[in-house]
Amino acid sequence: MSSAPHAPRHLLGIRGLSREDVTSVLDQAEVFFEVSRRPIRKVPTLRGKGVINLFFEASTRTRTSFELAGKRLSADVVNISTSTSSVTKGETLLDTVKTLEAMQPDILVIRHSSSGAPHYVAERVGCSIVNAGDGAHEHPTQALLDAFTIRRAKGTLDKLVVTICGDVLHSRVARSNALLLSLFGCEVRFVGPRTLLPRDVSGYDVKVFDRLEPALEGADVVMVLRIQRERLEGALLPSLREYSKTFGIGPRTLAWAKKDAIVLHPGPMNRGVEIDPSVADGERSSVLDQVEAGVAVRMAILYQLAGEGGDARAAAS
Amino acid sequence: MSEERVLFEHESIARTLRRLALEIVDATRGTERLALVGIRRGGVPIAARLAALIAESEGKSVPVGSLEIALYRDDAATALPDPKIGPSHIEFDVNGRDVVLVDDVLQTGRTVRAAIDGLLDYGRPRRIWLAALFDRGGRELPIAADFVGRPVELAPGEKLFVEIGEGSDRAWVRGRS
Repeated sequence: MSSAPHAPRHLLGIRGLSREDVTSVLDQAEVFFEVSRRPIRKVPTLRGKGVINLFFEASTRTRTSFELAGKRLSADVVNISTSTSSVTKGETLLDTVKTLEAMQPDILVIRHSSSGAPHYVAERVGCSIVNAGDGAHEHPTQALLDAFTIRRAKGTLDKLVVTICGDVLHSRVARSNALLLSLFGCEVRFVGPRTLLPRDVSGYDVKVFDRLEPALEGADVVMVLRIQRERLEGALLPSLREYSKTFGIGPRTLAWAKKDAIVLHPGPMNRGVEIDPSVADGERSSVLDQVEAGVAVRMAILYQLAGEGGDARAAAS
Repeated sequence: MSEERVLFEHESIARTLRRLALEIVDATRGTERLALVGIRRGGVPIAARLAALIAESEGKSVPVGSLEIALYRDDAATALPDPKIGPSHIEFDVNGRDVVLVDDVLQTGRTVRAAIDGLLDYGRPRRIWLAALFDRGGRELPIAADFVGRPVELAPGEKLFVEIGEGSDRAWVRGRS
């Protein structure tokens, strides 16, 4: 996280973060994970702070997760989604953001279908920006919650083999995860139909496969991506049935990974397409752990960004 | 000039802790409802030591927990984020118990205020007590300890450090003398 004194700090992507930055978020998330399991799941830490969730793209789980994270820290949380905002009346992104900024929020959480939208906003406002997913670019809080889930299940993040399976080409989850896991010396593998794999993976430390079996061999973690039905229209996929047979994660294909491999999915799942229900609900599935981790990790992010940062801290001690 | 001087050595601190353990059990009339919660991070090893001493003298173990208070600080706007925070561990039911909050040094009372708020998020103890190994005065809130190891007088610029570990207990002062 950038931390220039007095300038607001942002979480725009995993790119630019160090291994220490990531570890610090994950360690602090352990604190908030515990808070969410108490009889009273709320701490007064961000009392008087304002968080606005500005979602230009539909999302129930990410928005709910950020909303709960803010509320459990006692911040005032407001949700705005495109269907209810002036964006539908033709207001530009910058106008919308400037209007919200005038209401003095401390943190603006943004999801937008255009890559780089949160970066564009961060350069033009005085509050902290959290990227909650921008186009096919990055989804840093998803990668952090995945890392938290993996670290809890495996005891470490170091040098694991992680296979990311599916529509890698359009996936910001795959990109952010590849960047984060490389910081810990993991072997990251991308696998999927050729039409859904990126042609250029320079800038990412990954191995690319177009067959599932070799991609899963020796994997500690299998990360399954959602197949979006609109890819069928773009002729990138012949049929969902065909996809499921070749790249779906079920009992037969999961057997190619390590015996203790865990399965992640960012949701929402297409049961019977990219993931078989018996795997999704099976004992190796960490899907619901990911959801629980999401609130804790987002609490840690809000906690880190809402303080005044380095200078103020040094002055107070 | 910043200099360092040792205030209490191991034997002296060990004796103080033994006395505190006896006082606690005496005041709470046995161990039945008793639980100890160390305030992170200085109070945690002291709570563990007191629990061991109580188990030794009473033949019964008492539940011990630890509490992170950074999330309850009253100076959140300027002091956050604290990079050293860690999870609380309170694995027992606090409802109806006599919970003794344990800290190493009591000064302004602000930490204790935060700890009381934090503890109440786990339930409703029958009573909350406060034990401090050292009380250096300088209260900024109306808070008093029920059990004090030793009162110490220090100059405003001096800082008291406490280290608790088997065979290596030590308290020392650094700063203007």
